[in-house]
Amino acid sequence: MYRYDEFDHDFVQARVAEFSDQVKRRLAGEISEDQFRPLRLMNGVYLQLHAYMLRIAVPYGTLNSRQLRMLGHIARKYDKGYGHFTTRQNLQFHWPALADVPAILADLASVEMHCIQTSGNCIRNVTADHFAGAAADEVADPRPYAEILRQWSSVHPEFSYLPRKFKIAVTGAERDRAAIQAHDIGLHLKKNAAGELGFAVYVGGGLGRTPMIAKKVRDFLPEAELLSYCTAILRVYNLYGRRDNKYKARIKILVHETGVEEITRQIEAEWQQLKDTELKLPEADIQAINAYFAPPALSARPEGDALVKQARLDSKSFSEWLDQNVVTHRHPDYAAVTISLKGIGEVPGDVTDSQMEAVADIAEKYAFDELRVSHEQNLILPHVARADLKVVYDALVEIGLATANSNLISDIISCPGLDYCALATARSIPVAQEISRRFASLERQREIGELKLKISGCINACGHHHVGHIGILGVEKKGSELYQVTLGGSADENTSVGEIIGRGFSSEEITDAIEQIVDTYLGLRLNPDERFIDAYRRVGPAPFKEALYAGETKAA
Amino acid sequence: MKVLTANRLSDGIAVWYADGGWAETVGHADIAHDKTAEDRLEAIGAAAAANNEVLDVNVIDVTIVDGLVEPVRLREKIRAAGPTIHPDLGKQAARAA
Repeated sequence: MYRYDEFDHDFVQARVAEFSDQVKRRLAGEISEDQFRPLRLMNGVYLQLHAYMLRIAVPYGTLNSRQLRMLGHIARKYDKGYGHFTTRQNLQFHWPALADVPAILADLASVEMHCIQTSGNCIRNVTADHFAGAAADEVADPRPYAEILRQWSSVHPEFSYLPRKFKIAVTGAERDRAAIQAHDIGLHLKKNAAGELGFAVYVGGGLGRTPMIAKKVRDFLPEAELLSYCTAILRVYNLYGRRDNKYKARIKILVHETGVEEITRQIEAEWQQLKDTELKLPEADIQAINAYFAPPALSARPEGDALVKQARLDSKSFSEWLDQNVVTHRHPDYAAVTISLKGIGEVPGDVTDSQMEAVADIAEKYAFDELRVSHEQNLILPHVARADLKVVYDALVEIGLATANSNLISDIISCPGLDYCALATARSIPVAQEISRRFASLERQREIGELKLKISGCINACGHHHVGHIGILGVEKKGSELYQVTLGGSADENTSVGEIIGRGFSSEEITDAIEQIVDTYLGLRLNPDERFIDAYRRVGPAPFKEALYAGETKAA
Repeated sequence: MKVLTANRLSDGIAVWYADGGWAETVGHADIAHDKTAEDRLEAIGAAAAANNEVLDVNVIDVTIVDGLVEPVRLREKIRAAGPTIHPDLGKQAARAA
């Protein structure tokens, strides 16, 4: 994986020193909150309901064991023994004291981590397919390009005060696991007919209060033009994006109001000025970054087949975990493993200090020291020899992280909601927990099949509810929590925004409503292979509305 | 009925104004029963923020339950107790102990 060069080290150290001094002056009362707020946000420090919150960048979701161990150490020493993985592939601590933040940042810097640009109106952590570098279906590893974008966007002087925050995602496979069409810029790394690498470029996606699917502005951008083209997009946005209204300031609104044809024309015109400048990526630079992401030396481990076969016979639970949480690797003797952070009734994305350390040990021993954070709030071991799968499974069972529910209804994305967040209007985690408990039976979950359920505790949509097959949005109505349900959303290569199905449900009603939706689906699907989303697209909302609200209409 | 609340500068912990200082629990917070008292709390809050003791100062609605102050809105109830999903964390943990 990428290692800091001298410049990176100096840059991060200088930032730690600078922010430590700012914290010191704030605590001494030399600077006011109004002066300090933008500074702390630039360094990932928020104020939430109970305490400050610190958001740590995990570039394109890639971690090594040393880094995960350090996160565990920070959780134990400075926080309350746990951390929360987010949909931006980052990690948040919910309880750090401001006075401790300089020490935490110094610890992070010692393992090449920081909190820079995890907040504010700048280019945020670039996310990528969590199976990058391992996926059998990928054209090339998207992470070198994410790293190039990270270096380019870090304290970029022109793009540090954008109209609003800006999020970029990259995938290297046709099958989009990085939700690129829900991003300000989505990049799909692909090859043209001549076998050259380049990108399909999508612009203007986003969730929040006005969900929009990104529009494709270019079908093939040569890889060397990555930065010149992104600069052109950012320039058009920086110039014309609305600054008069925070809620209309994202690029999605600009794209929507300008129209895709005109915005494409503006971007292309800007790009004409930029494409043959120093922003063109030299082949040698691309190769140099690529070298950091060279795959580990995967030696042949053909004994895996027989071992897995035997272990399947010996253990039903291992067999189920294998079917659900293990995916095909580009090397036939290896597999990529999803470590579910969605134990039944647990808090989605939460992981304890000791679990972090244990997972780091497993990664070091059996997975070439590589880990990924998925935007679905799980951890990934991207390269595990099939021959080692049973040992890895047993080690995960020991720490309570072997739940075999990847992509099933209990693999829920949930924002922190009103249990922590100052912006939230309703709780989301308890809803996730109750649904998870209701559908606890793995047999039942597997019978239902792939179902993406996503929950947000306010209209800002950190829980991606708009693109859940089933989405839940918690709002406050007359002093109580009310949950609106959307159906038919999706965040893959066929991205769609879910439709509100009808009146919302109270916290007492919501789990029953979800169960009714699932039962309705089971009753109408053509066969077990027809996923919830496919069935919904075929039949539309009517049968679900009927199941949820028919009694009310008749009563009225 | 209203009380004054904020988060403490040094650690961000939620606090409520009580007896001339900032308490870590809401139960005995100073109550404003009328507009004049409310204005007084707001002035105290503004001064404390200006003096860099606290931040995010707000005056919130409360009621009295079993002789103790309790916030009215769910958001403020959770702030006063801790995350509902972790009874072992936040103010509620100390209360149970």
